[in-house]
Amino acid sequence: MKNLYLIQLFTIFKKEFARWSRIWIQTILPSVITIFLYITIFGNFIGERIGEIGGLPYIHFIIPGLIIMPIISNSYMNVVGSFYSGRFQKSIEELFVSPLSSHVILIGYVLGGVSRAFVVGFVVYIVSLSFTNIPIHNITLALFLTLLISFLFSILGFINAVYAKSFDDINIIPTFVLTPLTYLGGTFYSIYNLPEVWQTVSMFNPIAYMVSAYRYAFIGVEEMNTYTAILMMFILIFVLYSLAIYLLNKGIGVKN
Amino acid sequence: MTKYALEINQLNKTYRNGVTALKNINLNVEDGDIFAFLGPNGAGKSTVIGIITTLVNITSGTVKVYGKDIAKYPEFTKHMIGVVPQEYNLNQFIPIIETMINIGGYFGLSKKQSLTKTQQLFEDLGIWHKRESTPRELSGGMKRRLMIARALIHNPKLLILDEPTAGVDTELRLTMWDFFKKINNDGVTIILTTHYLEEAERLCKNLAIIHHGEVVKSSPMADVISSTRKHTYIIRADSSIIDKNIFEKNIHIIDDKTCELTVDNKISITEIINKFKDNNINVVDILSKRNKLEELFIELTQTK
Repeated sequence: MKNLYLIQLFTIFKKEFARWSRIWIQTILPSVITIFLYITIFGNFIGERIGEIGGLPYIHFIIPGLIIMPIISNSYMNVVGSFYSGRFQKSIEELFVSPLSSHVILIGYVLGGVSRAFVVGFVVYIVSLSFTNIPIHNITLALFLTLLISFLFSILGFINAVYAKSFDDINIIPTFVLTPLTYLGGTFYSIYNLPEVWQTVSMFNPIAYMVSAYRYAFIGVEEMNTYTAILMMFILIFVLYSLAIYLLNKGIGVKN
Repeated sequence: MTKYALEINQLNKTYRNGVTALKNINLNVEDGDIFAFLGPNGAGKSTVIGIITTLVNITSGTVKVYGKDIAKYPEFTKHMIGVVPQEYNLNQFIPIIETMINIGGYFGLSKKQSLTKTQQLFEDLGIWHKRESTPRELSGGMKRRLMIARALIHNPKLLILDEPTAGVDTELRLTMWDFFKKINNDGVTIILTTHYLEEAERLCKNLAIIHHGEVVKSSPMADVISSTRKHTYIIRADSSIIDKNIFEKNIHIIDDKTCELTVDNKISITEIINKFKDNNINVVDILSKRNKLEELFIELTQTK
């Protein structure tokens, strides 16, 4: 039985990995180009005028946040795009007439999103090295946070895919929720440079904690407590994972 | 081991919009059978199939596959079932051989096991040469055959075919019939829904007809064939039959020497031939025109 689950899980993961890697020009390259432009414009051109934040060159300050941005968007978009596309083509029925447990289906899709996020994150980091030499302060923590963040947003993408009724619906959350939260999460500035009211508002932005924790893993500087960030991510993963399993067990979005 | 591949008891389905699709369905399909599940469009056939394959939730009632309740033992029952849906539900963007390997993986087969089985099925169904194509590059008939192969990758004991030959040309349909007979002889129980009643009559041993969500007939095919009240024949004579008034009604003249005659099933072919002889006409050829099942189907689904 254990072997059955492993074969099933590996099959879904392999299918998902093949899906995004086959079309890497659509899945990997755009993020890399976008972040390359961000680093060029904000890190190089504008960054030189800004100078330092907290004793660090501005380009070093923003790079962790710039790596998180594609990790969030790619893990989310991979799962929401793939699962909704399966629903749209009805090929998703293949999964539901097979003896797959809800956990295997969900983890398989999530690992597909995580794999894409890791590849994009790694490529963006390599690109950033061409601008500045930014050593990683704690590589284990950086990898662990990449796993947590991509896992979390892959599950969120899955839930979005379950509820989506058209291809337009899969872009609503990334456009109107994730992008604003990411930009307002302290990627380009220190939250403590904001007026007090906006500092308080930022405390309710979960992505601000993730950016802070990631920045700590990269350059050893934290604006918010890293343990709090990790705990918050575990709680969010637990809640969203449970919700996704509930939706799968009920067959919402798939069964009549 | 139960003698039934499928047992449906008191099955009801009401959709969220209030539409009642099934009303107290009771149905048994014996192991080894080829079972025709017939009904007009919208009768509830696909809902029943959706429930058996767990794609549609049950409102009330039970469905057992080889003695196990699908709600309590979904993994067991899914291993036992292969399904060919009515609508194409293939991943359009990957080569069909990858689809087969993926489906095999979902059922716990290794890549090697999936490839071996795929080659056997694709060769039997005549699509091995298309293994690297995507479904978008296949004809309608090839897609149908792919869906049949996909349903059989894990060696199911019960195969559910929801209009498997829809849109398929005659020659291919005959080939598919032979294939269904072959796998049935190999021990696979088949449930077939089709609008081609000749197909059901030729292939199936038992049948059920569903109409407005209710089973209106369930019996052996042999009983159906012998129970219909009217027979229609095409009769060819050796001389003109026009203006002869051999049969006063239920006769349709096709040409000078050919007619179509519908008679009560109590009237034998010998009686028909003798009646022609009484009018100094010899019958050269006599063919049964409509299949009996079609007559029953029309009778049940129009009178209800």
